[in-house]
Amino acid sequence: MARVFYPLQHFDPTPTQFQLLPFRFMRFEEKELLVNEAGEFLFTPSGTVRNLVDGSLETNSVLYRDLKAKHLVYDDTSSALLDVLATKVRTKFDHITGGTKLHIFVVTLRCDHSCHYCQVSRQSASRAQFDMSTSTADRAIAMMMDSPAQDVTLEIQGGEPLLAFEMIQYIVTKAKPLALEKGKNLDIVVCSNLSHITDDILHYFRDEGIKVSTSLDGPAFLHNKNRPRPGNDSYQRAIDGIERCRAVLRMERVAALMTTTAASLDYVTEIVDEYVRRNFHSIFLRPISPYGFAVKTHRKIGYEMERFLKFYKDGLKHILDINRGGYRIAEVYTQILLTKILTPHSTRYVDMQSPAGEAWNVLVYNYDGDVYASDESRMLAEMNDRTFRLGNVHSDTRRSLFTSDAALRMFHAACNQALVGCSDCAFQSYCAADPIYHHATQGDMYGNRPTSGFCMRNMSVLKHLFSIIEQNDRDTMRVLWSWITGTTAHGPATECA
Amino acid sequence: MRLTTMGVARNFDRSIVGILATSELPSGQRSDRIRFFSEGEVHESVSGYRALLCHDGLKVDFAVPYVHRLRDSDHLRDGDIVVLEGSTGLVRSLYRPYELHHHLFVTERCNSNCLMCSQPPKDRDDVEALTQRNLELIDLIKTPPPYLTITGGEPTLLGDNLFNLISRLKFSMPETEVHVLTNGRAFAWPEYAKHFAETKHPKISLGIPLYSDYAGLHDYVVQAKGAFDQTVSGMHQAARNGIRVEVRVVLHKLTLPRLTEIVEYIYRNLTFVEHVALMGLEYTGYTPRNIQELWIDPFDYQDNLEQAVEFLAIRNMTVSIYNHQLCVLKPSLWSYARKSISDWKTLYLETCERCTERPNCGGFFQWAIKKHSDHIHVL
Repeated sequence: MARVFYPLQHFDPTPTQFQLLPFRFMRFEEKELLVNEAGEFLFTPSGTVRNLVDGSLETNSVLYRDLKAKHLVYDDTSSALLDVLATKVRTKFDHITGGTKLHIFVVTLRCDHSCHYCQVSRQSASRAQFDMSTSTADRAIAMMMDSPAQDVTLEIQGGEPLLAFEMIQYIVTKAKPLALEKGKNLDIVVCSNLSHITDDILHYFRDEGIKVSTSLDGPAFLHNKNRPRPGNDSYQRAIDGIERCRAVLRMERVAALMTTTAASLDYVTEIVDEYVRRNFHSIFLRPISPYGFAVKTHRKIGYEMERFLKFYKDGLKHILDINRGGYRIAEVYTQILLTKILTPHSTRYVDMQSPAGEAWNVLVYNYDGDVYASDESRMLAEMNDRTFRLGNVHSDTRRSLFTSDAALRMFHAACNQALVGCSDCAFQSYCAADPIYHHATQGDMYGNRPTSGFCMRNMSVLKHLFSIIEQNDRDTMRVLWSWITGTTAHGPATECA
Repeated sequence: MRLTTMGVARNFDRSIVGILATSELPSGQRSDRIRFFSEGEVHESVSGYRALLCHDGLKVDFAVPYVHRLRDSDHLRDGDIVVLEGSTGLVRSLYRPYELHHHLFVTERCNSNCLMCSQPPKDRDDVEALTQRNLELIDLIKTPPPYLTITGGEPTLLGDNLFNLISRLKFSMPETEVHVLTNGRAFAWPEYAKHFAETKHPKISLGIPLYSDYAGLHDYVVQAKGAFDQTVSGMHQAARNGIRVEVRVVLHKLTLPRLTEIVEYIYRNLTFVEHVALMGLEYTGYTPRNIQELWIDPFDYQDNLEQAVEFLAIRNMTVSIYNHQLCVLKPSLWSYARKSISDWKTLYLETCERCTERPNCGGFFQWAIKKHSDHIHVL
């Protein structure tokens, strides 16, 4: 017996009214951009939000179907699938689960370089004064192992950590069996300027599976200017070091990180080309660090930020051109933000998370046993601002670190969901809270958005990326997706050498 | 190739499942065999077989079950597993070891009524009988196949019987990859998904169709209110219980306008699925009746299809195109096209004889002879 088929209206009754699901929005050029709680977005015609709010939006329109399918509205003709939305939101906040993953060990402050942007290194110092002791290392390793995280990264830096190579060996020898015992996957990275690399050290790295991250600020004139050392040969030493590392270690075990200085801002093409010439497949166009400078005037920050944004946009354009030409090189900041915008996943990059990744996802164990919420926190401490010193490995436990006044004060300002100017920003899901930056630049962890360099940069970069997304050029999107899905050598290190 | 033939049944009224034997076997090996006599063959030793099958009129004195005066039999081979229906004389091939695609057909019942269903549901309780037949079939399969599909109707309507079948498969062919074609609605009940997972079959996955990212349209295509919500929730519950899921989208006039939106919905809401199959319409079952509302020539939706495939591929989602001929697909899509049509249903047109790509092409469903793209051509 044949069954009856019912018409569309039977299953798809036009809803008479609809309800809003949580979303944030902004004007975007001639359109409006709506972003739901899970970071899914929709470009809509101008006036859509108003029609949504006053209930006048046509429910039999294609636009209505788009809005409903994107979890922006719901109605009584079907369930809102709230548990599906909840799962998506939970996935987006995956970075807050699992415990601290990145553990930075500052094994010495001694260094042969005197980089302008570094606040911590000591050129001439006795070994005992600024090196980590074995008892401090033991306590720091124990604290790292106390983290519930399954995958932990041990990042060894300085100063120049190779000046304390015996301490590196000590830490690796102690940490590996403990990780095994606790069932943790341990990833070890050494951040070095490579000027003291030897074959023995390289063979040790190879045998222990240790990765190397080094600094490369651009072509020789720029690198040498940014990173002075006796003999003015830091560039040549870095290049030689990179090639020697690659000869012994696998290619992808050697990464380079670029620090942007005021001197870099006019040379983004040259910097990118240097990375391509050296066969790197990722480059991180990082903003100028504000640490170490006096709190600047708003106008000065604005001016510097304008220059940085031009640097970033010109750089991104150049990098995209290179990719379209067939050489694959990813810009890491773009890759991180696009992962937030275009995928259901969260990212492990601690400097761009809400709740902020500082302390929560990264801990820094200084040579003297002091524990900081981030590398920037210990830089501040070197300038006598110990606001983000959580405690000391010799007198604290993981629990007391995370319940210290320093930690609790910071956590209060660590959610952009609850910050003025961020709570209703369309870009909230893609952006972050940065209490340390705002404390350093504005003297207030919560910060003032209209004058925040952090806000200015991310608003501008995100708008730029959204216009690229909206243009939807096939070749460009292919390149960008290859960055998102491809694997970089390792997650970008926070600060290095 | 044919699936059924007809004869006259004698000495039994139930169903008999057995393995065809085209030559005489020692008496100790006859109990699960159906002795099949070809035309003119002398019926000498007939005792001990489960049943007999032959073209000619058969006259045997004792009460062995048999089907004689068989109409067609070219498709029957030694080793095929068939079922003989005592009430009608129908001979249905259930399992042919030499084929690539194998199915357990578990019920004709369904709680949806899709506009383009290739196997229109019937409202009669066949669950007990078919379960019994399938359990016997599983026991008779001597060499486990690499893949086996459980299909219907809607398999989850079997209740515990489905779990019994899965447990039997797990016991007798644990290496066989089992794919269950279901609308997924039952999995929306957390208890059901949990129960299904508890069968702990090591190689099982679900193939679940999704026809829109917009609830009302999906519900219309499957002719069931609330189906979209149940299917999407069902996929989540399945994933939560560690059950692997494939999503299937049939391409037609009702699904194509939102195809990019559908695959985006899949990527953002059903990220866990291990495979997305984009499938051509089958001109059988309900489809001819609803053809006005469904038909778009595949040639005319290539761009749309390419966009959807690329959308998924650049996101590292595994995507395949089923039931499409290479001559109506852009070359950029060829590497995604699978030869997905069951051997017995595959057909090539006269045009295809001269085509150099024929060995790489999945061909047509046999019913495409009645309706196919206007743009089929030699490559």
